[in-house]
Amino acid sequence: MRPPTRAPLARRRSGRLVAGVAGGVADHLGVDVLWVRAAFVALAAVNGMGVIAYGLLWVFVRQESADVTREVSAKERQQAIGLAALGVGIGLVGAALQNQVIGWIVGPLGVAAVGAAVVWREADEAQRRRWTTGARTGILGGGRNAVLRLVAGGVFVAAGILVFLLGNLNLGQIQFGVLAVVATVVGIGVLTVPWWVRLARDFGEERRERIVTEERAEIAAHLHDSVLQTLALIQKQSHDPREVQRLARGQERELRHWLYGPQGYGRSTPALDESLATALQTTAAEVEDTYAITVNPVIVGDRPLDDSLRALVLASREAMVNAAKHAQVEEVSVYAEVEPDEVNVFVKDRGKGFDPEAVPGDRHGLADSVLGRMDRHGGTVRLRSTPGEGTEVHLAITLSQEEST
Amino acid sequence: MTDPIKVFLVDDHGLFRAGVRAELERGAAGDPPLEIVGEAGSVDEAVAGIGHRKPDVVLLDVHMPDGGGAAVLARVRKTQPDVVFLALSVSDAAEDVIAVIRGGARGYVTKTISARELGDAVRRVRVGDAVFSPRLAGFVLDAFSDRPGAAPAVDPELDLLTKRERDVLRLLARGYAYKEIAGELFISVKTVETHVSSVLRKTQLSNRYELSRWASDRRLV
Repeated sequence: MRPPTRAPLARRRSGRLVAGVAGGVADHLGVDVLWVRAAFVALAAVNGMGVIAYGLLWVFVRQESADVTREVSAKERQQAIGLAALGVGIGLVGAALQNQVIGWIVGPLGVAAVGAAVVWREADEAQRRRWTTGARTGILGGGRNAVLRLVAGGVFVAAGILVFLLGNLNLGQIQFGVLAVVATVVGIGVLTVPWWVRLARDFGEERRERIVTEERAEIAAHLHDSVLQTLALIQKQSHDPREVQRLARGQERELRHWLYGPQGYGRSTPALDESLATALQTTAAEVEDTYAITVNPVIVGDRPLDDSLRALVLASREAMVNAAKHAQVEEVSVYAEVEPDEVNVFVKDRGKGFDPEAVPGDRHGLADSVLGRMDRHGGTVRLRSTPGEGTEVHLAITLSQEEST
Repeated sequence: MTDPIKVFLVDDHGLFRAGVRAELERGAAGDPPLEIVGEAGSVDEAVAGIGHRKPDVVLLDVHMPDGGGAAVLARVRKTQPDVVFLALSVSDAAEDVIAVIRGGARGYVTKTISARELGDAVRRVRVGDAVFSPRLAGFVLDAFSDRPGAAPAVDPELDLLTKRERDVLRLLARGYAYKEIAGELFISVKTVETHVSSVLRKTQLSNRYELSRWASDRRLV
């Protein structure tokens, strides 16, 4: 009886004799498997077409994946073995009868084909084991019998090719050499076709899955450690707007750094490891966190840190801290520009400002940290402050010639 | 009495639109009023809405599904070249900023800007000014800087900044307002505006490598 929808073409895994091709075709067409086998035998009589067709179907049709159990009677099995032997025999004899030379070629190659069939069948077995156990076994995963079958198959192939070559020795030494190489390559290729195909497919799939999974895990872990924790903190601190602002700002900066930063998620080329720009950004972030204000650093150009630039960064930090502590503002602007022969940093606020002449002697912050530091490294400090309008600190360092690139 | 400036909001977050609308409509005492004539949450809605409402200024989100702000810019500017765009985004990555500026926006502000400053920015782009945040000024300075080994300028008119323009940009990056820049450089506010507009034009039209790279990193031009 014909099923209402035609089953897709797939080789049988159970109740098969050689590779399940005939059974699969029978399932697909909805006819008895005996008729299919008979058709292959009949085709084998026509220049061995049946054998070739069988081989091609074996290579290109996938094995069915569902584990269906089929009862195969002893009688059917015997019939099938007989038909298979008959098919191969007819193919070989037919070819041999038609032409002496073809017979010579087909005979040994037939033996090689039988060897290849044994090896391929082993490949099918390995795949079935993989499906049933889920294990990622390699090519040789089926115990001693499997290895024996593999070796036997390999011997068949080698012997067939060898006999074929010996039979053609009279064609001349050069041709022999060429033939030997070609035949070896073909033999190895034919033996390993199913594994190459499968290996490539599995490898690509596994790799893609692994990348996607890892990526997702990394993003999830990051969001959990950072954003979710901060949101929880914000909910707890909701009565204190200043603290909420500080948390939100810190989290925003961190996420932004992760997304767009030098080593950021969305960047392809990592920036300099220890550079002026990175150091200034980190410093600005620290000041933001400590004093709950906003520090907006804008940095043009970059260069690796050296001693004088480290001093510059520390002096800038002191200037930012001063603004945060004394200016009574929400926001401090920082602008740094790296030029070939000098680096300028401006720290500006719009706070209450002060009179530089009237700074009490016990406030050493600006004098020691900023002026002293810059002096020691040959830099200059210019301070502009107007009470009521704000303060701007300008730090400049001239780069010596051997340092500049 | 001047008519209120007609503003159109484009952002795919409804909550954010509602917040901006409330803030802008409340306004500050003494400032010329702003009127929100419509809002849209997607590129198609925005193109249709802007065509229908004919606003003076469009506040445009950079990141949206189906192409984002750049897609709106590209489609609207073909039919309504006199509508002014001000880009608004949470990002301050150079790729985003430069891409919308080169797409035709006259300014770029981040979403953390205060309501007062946003209102000012809208009024300034309305009268033809450019709105440069300190960070945008930094990007532009960076793009036009003459590093050793940089490609020579092909078109000096567009690929180089004048000394004055550079001075103005530096002060912008340092956080100075236009009035303060004018005082610092002993020029009028009007001249500062002229310099900034000229820098904006160069940023939009120059073929400098940095600019085209930033813009094309987001595949927007």
